[in-house]
Amino acid sequence: MRQIKYVEALNEALREEMIRDPDLVLIGEDIGKAWQGAFKVTKGLQEEFGSERVRDTPISEAAIVGCAVGASLTGLRVVAEIMFGDLLSLAMDQIYNQAAKIHYMFGGQASVPIVVRTNFGAAGNYGAHHSQSLEAWFAHVPGLIVIQPSTPYDAKGLLKSAIRDPNPVMFFEHKFLYNTSGEVPEAEYLVPIGEADVKREGNDVTIIATSLMVLKALRASEDLAKEGISVEVLDPRTIRPLDRKAIGNSVKKTGRVVIVHEACATGGVSGEITKVIIEEAFDYLDAPPVTVAGADTPIPVEPRMEQFVVPNEARIIEAVKKII
Amino acid sequence: MQIPQEKHLELYKKLLLIRYFEEKAYEVFGSGVIAGTLHTYLGQEAIAAGIVANLTNDDFITSTHRGHGHVLAKGASPDRMMAELFGKETGYCKARGGSMHIADFKIGILGANGVVGGGIPIATGAGLSCKLKYNNKRVVACFFGDGASNTGGFHEAINLAGVWKLPVLFICENNLYAMGTSVKIATAVDDIAKRAIGYGIAGVIADGNDVIDVYLKGKAAVERAKAGEGPTLIECKTYRIKGHSKYDPANYRPQSEVDEWLKRDPLKLYREKLLNFKIQENTLVSIEKEVMETIDHAVEFAQESPKGDVEIALEDVYSGD
Repeated sequence: MRQIKYVEALNEALREEMIRDPDLVLIGEDIGKAWQGAFKVTKGLQEEFGSERVRDTPISEAAIVGCAVGASLTGLRVVAEIMFGDLLSLAMDQIYNQAAKIHYMFGGQASVPIVVRTNFGAAGNYGAHHSQSLEAWFAHVPGLIVIQPSTPYDAKGLLKSAIRDPNPVMFFEHKFLYNTSGEVPEAEYLVPIGEADVKREGNDVTIIATSLMVLKALRASEDLAKEGISVEVLDPRTIRPLDRKAIGNSVKKTGRVVIVHEACATGGVSGEITKVIIEEAFDYLDAPPVTVAGADTPIPVEPRMEQFVVPNEARIIEAVKKII
Repeated sequence: MQIPQEKHLELYKKLLLIRYFEEKAYEVFGSGVIAGTLHTYLGQEAIAAGIVANLTNDDFITSTHRGHGHVLAKGASPDRMMAELFGKETGYCKARGGSMHIADFKIGILGANGVVGGGIPIATGAGLSCKLKYNNKRVVACFFGDGASNTGGFHEAINLAGVWKLPVLFICENNLYAMGTSVKIATAVDDIAKRAIGYGIAGVIADGNDVIDVYLKGKAAVERAKAGEGPTLIECKTYRIKGHSKYDPANYRPQSEVDEWLKRDPLKLYREKLLNFKIQENTLVSIEKEVMETIDHAVEFAQESPKGDVEIALEDVYSGD
């Protein structure tokens, strides 16, 4: 099968959906031909679909998301790009008071079919305002869907599903993933929202990892295999709703679990995943669930410090060995 | 400009509908049968009635925490509104929304809003649909107060609507107070309409207590919007008859100021004007009677409607469930 990059997979998803649905509009800062998106996800799309449907915006995050909400209530579908996930704070009212609540608050009368795409993560020494992992904020809000794909295949299939979903979707892309490659079929496919994926099968311990951490967990698993430890790597792919069944099934099989995410440890998604494990598979646990997460600090700039505060393969291996 | 008599009577009826609905809502809230709070639109009726008289069911509005007037003007059912206030399942939002969250998407009401300024970016988005999908044949009226004009969303959304030339009417209802804070200590310009210059859009001041003035200025703004000339910021100068919310006695307002504004009650002013236009008083009285019956019916409907199952609190979190 052909291999393409994560960034290309996202671009294909947008392009295919723009062709399929003439009411789909992209808005965001520098997504048009001048810059093609800060990470080039929207490359070529303004040239192909025109500046009415691929719209560069001023630096106005609240208006970008609010505009997406209003347009989606009145007949368009919108994918809004926020240039860095850290800047979602500037659009929070529109995300969690408006988009997330409109369907419920108005008695189910209307839906808000928007996708807010953004990147996240410590990558490239951008510092404390351009490196955070904030998915847990959004996973806390009823009414939002939160997605963090780790592979080009999942990125494409999930973005297409997100665009077609009637609910507001927060779509998080790790900066280090954009240039990773993977198999993506030429034929159209969708990846369903809310389904986890076993990225590696194993019997001794389950690593539940999100986004870039899936790649680190897979590399750690290779090393552990050499020592005779068989690791199963489970990627939830969707953070809200979590695939409780898949998490429960894997833990029931292995009896041991390490949860890995880049976001700060305190209040991170691992707490929620641990709760799911206790509810779904407590009696099957042979050891307490362990979390490997980012340090409880802002992200520093200096390259060694930046990577020091986020999980790496060595820490994942150490955590696995602790509970084996 | 000559306004036909039918239009006058339609406007008068809308003013009355809002006035009577709000007086009744205030009364029933006071009797303690309704939970939550209430921000009445009393005194500002001419703005919603005057602007919305230029719209059809295909056009859109966004509204505010003080939103009953806007949605009534746009054609929302008083029965279903009152039922929503009474917490009944026949209410617009199955009693999940209440006073600050009335919407009727079938007739272009994109929702009242509990967040001051929250609807302004949404209106800009609806304007994008009007431009791209409906070729500016439809327009959006975005209502908000003087308080909201100091939020960041106001700046971002109006700038965006301006640069994209979207068919949106930004209607600032300047009632001189954001809760208890006087506009004089919150806003550096004397006329909020002046801010339009900074966004490269038309800015207009209307007498918010004069329904004819509001109607005509709204009409001109709709014409500009449909001609592709972009948004207009219309500042309507007005005054709350009551306090900010149900239990606010509004003691922070000088009595002399209140007295001056009450002399210019929009309903009183318009009734006098209509009589001067030689409309028969008995015509007005029969409209008044008819509207009162509509409101009485709304209360009956609300009272007689059943309370929903408490479990509906758990439904509709996600669309398509």
